[in-house]
Amino acid sequence: MSANAALRCSGLVKKYDDVVAVDGLDLEVQAGECFGMLGPNGAGKTTTVEIFEGLRTPDAGDVEVLGDRWRGDGLALRSRLGIQLQETKFPEKLQVIEVLALFRSFYPRGLEVGDALALVGLEEKARAQVRTLSGGQKQRLSLGCALVGEPELLFLDEPTTGLDPQSRRQTWEIVEALKARGRTVLLTTHYMEEAARLCDRVAVVDHGKVIALGTPRELIASLGAEHVIQFAVAEEHAAAIDADVLKGLPSVEDVARDGGSWRLTVREVHRAVPALLTALSERGAQPTELATHHATLEDVFMALTGRRLRDG
Amino acid sequence: MTAERVADYRVRGPRTELTLGRVRELTREPEAIFWVFVFPILLAAILGVAFRSRPPDALPIAVVSGPQAAARMTVLAAGSDLKPVVLPAAEAQAALARGRVVLVVSASDPPSYTYDPTQPESRAARLAVDEALQRSAGRADAFTPKRAEVSEPGSRYVDFLVPGLLGMNLMGTGMWGIGFSLVVARNGNLLKRIIAAPARKSHVLAAQLTSRLIFLIPEAGALLLFAYFVLGVPLRGSLLLLIAVSLLGALAFSGLGLLTAARPRTIEGVSGVMNLVMVPMWIFSGIFFSTERFPDSMQPFVQALPLTALNDALRGVMLEGTALGPLLPEIAVLAAWGAISFLLALKWFRWQ
Repeated sequence: MSANAALRCSGLVKKYDDVVAVDGLDLEVQAGECFGMLGPNGAGKTTTVEIFEGLRTPDAGDVEVLGDRWRGDGLALRSRLGIQLQETKFPEKLQVIEVLALFRSFYPRGLEVGDALALVGLEEKARAQVRTLSGGQKQRLSLGCALVGEPELLFLDEPTTGLDPQSRRQTWEIVEALKARGRTVLLTTHYMEEAARLCDRVAVVDHGKVIALGTPRELIASLGAEHVIQFAVAEEHAAAIDADVLKGLPSVEDVARDGGSWRLTVREVHRAVPALLTALSERGAQPTELATHHATLEDVFMALTGRRLRDG
Repeated sequence: MTAERVADYRVRGPRTELTLGRVRELTREPEAIFWVFVFPILLAAILGVAFRSRPPDALPIAVVSGPQAAARMTVLAAGSDLKPVVLPAAEAQAALARGRVVLVVSASDPPSYTYDPTQPESRAARLAVDEALQRSAGRADAFTPKRAEVSEPGSRYVDFLVPGLLGMNLMGTGMWGIGFSLVVARNGNLLKRIIAAPARKSHVLAAQLTSRLIFLIPEAGALLLFAYFVLGVPLRGSLLLLIAVSLLGALAFSGLGLLTAARPRTIEGVSGVMNLVMVPMWIFSGIFFSTERFPDSMQPFVQALPLTALNDALRGVMLEGTALGPLLPEIAVLAAWGAISFLLALKWFRWQ
């Protein structure tokens, strides 16, 4: 392993009864990087993170966190970590600043609560009770509680799941500010735009295993083409189209069926689209839907698994 | 709040912050304030009024209409013990069956009495009716006993009731106060989040107990002050011993609360267990009536309940002025329940 890995695990296995949640997972996170675990619900992301956090014990495998291992009460190691769980309900009747102070009191050193409050943009809400906060504000409070001990390593488990777009952007900005301060972050997400924006490197996880690893750019480049064309035809013409025809079109790298529509991974949209339209009209079919976009991590996931991230 | 005041915010140690959190939560919950402080006082006041000392009610009886009815009515209505009415035979029987009268005097001469000998009131009515009718028929008393009636503080129902209510309240708040908040915290992942931060588990549990003991002071204090000054309930034993017994009771039920809340993940789950633990004690532990009403064969069970021990000890100190020595068995029962349930709770506690 590299000398300044903040986190590493090898051959990690965790089973619940008959279900294998983590299936021989290897990972290494460098100090100072923001590392993303991207995968659908049930891929084993949370289990893996909770093993890193010392909240679960693996059935097999080796885990090292900041050069240390989980043993005893682990308080010394814990005081170097910031942990945000997927969902935490803070006491409804406590004020924001009281919750932050509570969490600050657990750490031997860390931020002033006022600074933590500012970091997550909740100064105005210092004296508001938790029950009055919006979903996004609660999530930022949760983030504040993970930051208040000035952790060397921060775990964020799906930090923006269920948030509205504006709250999501606010959370991203906080994480970006932390990155700028050189903090190591491990985050899990099933939002590819989140992974693409925040993460230096991404591990795509499915069925408890890492199925791809790299920078977002590398992962997208691995598709061999940068664009995706998505189209559908009316049902009565669906039989006229098949994958071989589409594969034969100029500039097309890959063809996949996605429910009622087709997805073509292409190098050059301006060459592929006219050819596609011609091929369709030759078979008497009109597209009922046609869209193109730059390839994303979602496309990477689809290419690897044939499924969408959100579908699980 | 201004920026400077936020910047000045002082963070205390983890034990203090955890305890403060609990205290703040409770004091900001108006319902909790009502149930903990106001309810027992209301209950004591209402029951005190309902069972206040007053002359016993006259016993309702029926005299079946007939040639003797008028004369019998005069005799029976003369004292204050009976409230006779004249009814036709069928109606008199119906009134007896429904409990509107407790005894029926027949129209025959000599009369016969119809009554239910299993009812104390019926038996009392029979004695009073028989005495009045026999006297009017010419029977002389062999002697006239003096009467001494009891109504001094300390032997009224409300005096019996207040220590029982205090015990019941210590049980209820100990169990609910701890159980409810722990299960809510577990259910919302808060317990997991707290131990994921470098918090000591012992601090988390100790804060629960400490906040209970803090609330014990106003909670027991309010009821006792009301009982002492308003209802005139006596304190015949040592105040210090009363405080010590209350404290021990609160700790024992906190231990039980911790144990019942050790595993459940939902409020529904913990409510079931709480009721399973508390309902028998509401019935068997002598809150509203004496445990001596239960048959001897049940006494070992009744006496082993922690609330029975607590109620007996509280009544001993308040009503009989009992000293520490004779209360040791009750104290031992409470201490054992507290210690055993606390240890089991630690062993089984589910943090996630």
